[in-house]
Amino acid sequence: MTEPKIVEPTLFDLSSPGRVGVTFPAPDVPCADLPTDLLREDLPLPELAEVDVVRHYMRLSKFNYSVDSGFYPLGSCTMKYNPKIDEDTCRLPGFLFTHPLQPIETVQGNLALMYQMQEWLKEISGFAGVTLQPAAGAHGEFTGVLMMRAYHKARGDHKRIKMLIPDAAHGTNPASVGMLGMSVVTIPSDARGNVDLAALKAACDDTVVGMMLTNPNTLGLFDEHIEEVIQLVKDCGGLMYGDGANLNALLGIVRPGDLGFDVMHFNLHKTFAVPHGGGGPGSGPVGVSQRLLDFLPEPLVGILEEGDSEMAPLFGFVKPPQSIGRMKAFHGHFGGGLVRAYTYIAMHGPDGLKDIAQYAVLNANYLLARLRNIYKVPFDRICMHEFVAEGQFEGSDVRALDIAKRLMDYDFHPPTNYFPLIVHEALMIEPTETENKDTLDAFADALIKIAEEAKSQPELLHEAPHNTPFGRMDEVKAARELVLCCWLPENYNENA
Amino acid sequence: MTYIPISPRERDAMLAAVGVKTLDDLFEAVPAKHRFPALDLPPALTEMEAAAELADIAAANEHVRGDLISFLGAGMYNHYIPSVIDHMLRRGEFYTAYTPYQPEISQGTLQAIFEYQSLITALTGMELSNASHYDGATATAEAVNLAFAQFRGKRKKVVVSPTVHPQYRAVLRTYTQGMELEVAGDDPNADLNSNPADLAGLIDDNTMLVVVQYPDFFGRIYDYTKLIETAHGKGALVCVVANPTALALFKTPGSMGADIVVGEGQPLGIPMWYGGPSLGFFATRKSYVHKMAGRLVGETVDARGQRSYVLTLTAREQHIKRERATSNICTNQGLLALASAIYMSVLGKSGMKQVAELCYHKAHYAAERLSQVKGMGLCFSEPFFHEFALCVNRPVDEVNAHLLEHGILGGYDLGQDYPALKDHMLIAVTEMNSKEEIDVLAEVLEEVNHD
Repeated sequence: MTEPKIVEPTLFDLSSPGRVGVTFPAPDVPCADLPTDLLREDLPLPELAEVDVVRHYMRLSKFNYSVDSGFYPLGSCTMKYNPKIDEDTCRLPGFLFTHPLQPIETVQGNLALMYQMQEWLKEISGFAGVTLQPAAGAHGEFTGVLMMRAYHKARGDHKRIKMLIPDAAHGTNPASVGMLGMSVVTIPSDARGNVDLAALKAACDDTVVGMMLTNPNTLGLFDEHIEEVIQLVKDCGGLMYGDGANLNALLGIVRPGDLGFDVMHFNLHKTFAVPHGGGGPGSGPVGVSQRLLDFLPEPLVGILEEGDSEMAPLFGFVKPPQSIGRMKAFHGHFGGGLVRAYTYIAMHGPDGLKDIAQYAVLNANYLLARLRNIYKVPFDRICMHEFVAEGQFEGSDVRALDIAKRLMDYDFHPPTNYFPLIVHEALMIEPTETENKDTLDAFADALIKIAEEAKSQPELLHEAPHNTPFGRMDEVKAARELVLCCWLPENYNENA
Repeated sequence: MTYIPISPRERDAMLAAVGVKTLDDLFEAVPAKHRFPALDLPPALTEMEAAAELADIAAANEHVRGDLISFLGAGMYNHYIPSVIDHMLRRGEFYTAYTPYQPEISQGTLQAIFEYQSLITALTGMELSNASHYDGATATAEAVNLAFAQFRGKRKKVVVSPTVHPQYRAVLRTYTQGMELEVAGDDPNADLNSNPADLAGLIDDNTMLVVVQYPDFFGRIYDYTKLIETAHGKGALVCVVANPTALALFKTPGSMGADIVVGEGQPLGIPMWYGGPSLGFFATRKSYVHKMAGRLVGETVDARGQRSYVLTLTAREQHIKRERATSNICTNQGLLALASAIYMSVLGKSGMKQVAELCYHKAHYAAERLSQVKGMGLCFSEPFFHEFALCVNRPVDEVNAHLLEHGILGGYDLGQDYPALKDHMLIAVTEMNSKEEIDVLAEVLEEVNHD
């Protein structure tokens, strides 16, 4: 077997004994005795100079596709442009270097910002209360489901164990429910991509905790019977959970709280342009209706002493009376999440937020109009911020995966593929509002060209990508051999 | 202002292509009575105005790099962050990328995570690490999920040392409220002078996991080898919640036999940022990898024979397994894992050890100096790392108010969580604290005593 070619050595490959990066001042206090029986023998970390580290990460950075480098129409992920000013505001020293356990009198700026964020998110969504604590969307979902469970329990209603989840839902929905030992009842979609009302009616009874609904759903469609759906769930005593993954399409268009949702998580990293960071950190605040207010995680930010014309109010922490407890240490993703999102909302105002949703929806519909005659769109009506096409052609063995990989050769990030599960060979395309018409046209042109290639040169697609620094990966080998770190630890003897 | 790059002329051409007249026409599926609500939000700011407003808000805080001298720790620490880290984090190629689902164009993120996993494995003395969790507290709760899955829910008891961070214990309780578990040992009134071996009495055949902290919440360092042997004797797993700075100097939990090592990654080059975002590291043994939650990057080759990296064992995850997934988690703390990897690589073997030793020596100088203040004294006598409990013999909030008048952020009030430690504060000392600062702290505390 030939050894693989190394494109970029690892930090451990690059290490050379005796090289030093950052050094620290010598101690200015007398040295204390170290407890010798408690010390480790060796610390097998790399030895590198600063320039080695910089060049390594610069080379790595060039292997990445990013929003800053091009179009990233990854459905359901809202990969919009991240304004640069947010990078500066979140790094102000007053935010970077405050400790989460400082006395509240010394962090009134942070607390005022958090209080305002709670208020703004309530106003944007139509909910009665908001927690900023959850670290990501999935964490917010778990928070929401815990509150739904606590609500029924507090009413002494112990027989509710079923969560209704449409077949188009994100996998995090059932996974959050699974973490609490509830059972999932899958509700099918109808021919227009709405929740199947007859199936929903049949599933609604007094064992229903509630329903978790993404609206617009993962087909990018606003449910045409949303009010009936919510009414059916409420009539059987259930609560309505909204997955806020697709909130970008609703800003200034409709408030989930007004529609009757009881709880919804926000994804600040999608809707409010907090950069995705290569897969986190996210930020997943949760909004709730009046009947779930008392169950919010602790602590919330509240006003401890009202202000007046001369004095600002005193902000501090408050605990909801029947709180489900704490979801993480400290106060949520304050610096990297809340400060960036606050900056973004402040710069948009009510009209700017509505523009976001309108142009996100326009861009998606424009792409849909350009592509619907080339790619089959199984649920074809005016979409919201994204739509789902089929990445397959009659009489061809080209699959969605091949199309996705071939798009990279045209310097585009592929759409989400194979999701939602209810569309065969799904390609889920979300352009966002921060792309211009030229980019959308170039992307549509590339997809049209690829559809031609699928007929004339299918092998070109099967073997794609060709123009990227790396080709397709052997994923089976990765899972079978499970090499998860730069050397094999069982051969490493700490005391050697 | 907005970031929409579409001119009115282009907009009209696009609307025509879609077949509608106005933008509002795109929303007919939305119930008319709720359509287009007037949002009561302040009018939009320009970038110039927003920069000024945010600067004002930040300036309303007192921070620990100029306004205040800090001796506050309790889970987040004021460490020096080398300049190179943020220069790398500000590369748009890193921070504006998403989860590396397309490995051909995400090798930068994937190799960086693979290296992060390797560094955490080395630091903890374990066999593998995942790509990270939200923070130390949620990583601890995920250790319970792993153990629960390992015993398929048949063992129902978790033994938690009362000297695990109070907020981590709180999160563990929140996470497990649907699992019908017995949580033992988590008692704020427990004897805090007791030896960790005393926890052994709580471990039985129904115990799935034992959770201890290293150094513990009071900064004390114990060798948990015996406790771990006892737990293993009963078939239970052991999770050690570790401080990563301490691991550069002290015996690894891996060498003590731990099954899971988790902890708060903030000390590894991540700003305190008023509590987040940071990261939770999670390392374990190969035998538990299929029960572990979270992203995992593995090595492979591409079609051109090049060494490369992919997300692997994704069959554990929510988008495949749905309600049977090991957890609902779907991200890691990507950018912060990158920050901590750069920190560990640029400090390296020598710098990491140097920071740990500086923390140790300065904390011991501080302990010595403060225990000489009349009426004050150290609470415990065991070896400690960079934090210690100090008895101040009067209400901690009074003492801290006085310290604050002198620009000093005093220690964490332990009486909030442990009734027996009323009038005790937890003092943290890092490489950022000079001898002079420690002396000033001692002098001001002496004044408190004279008041």
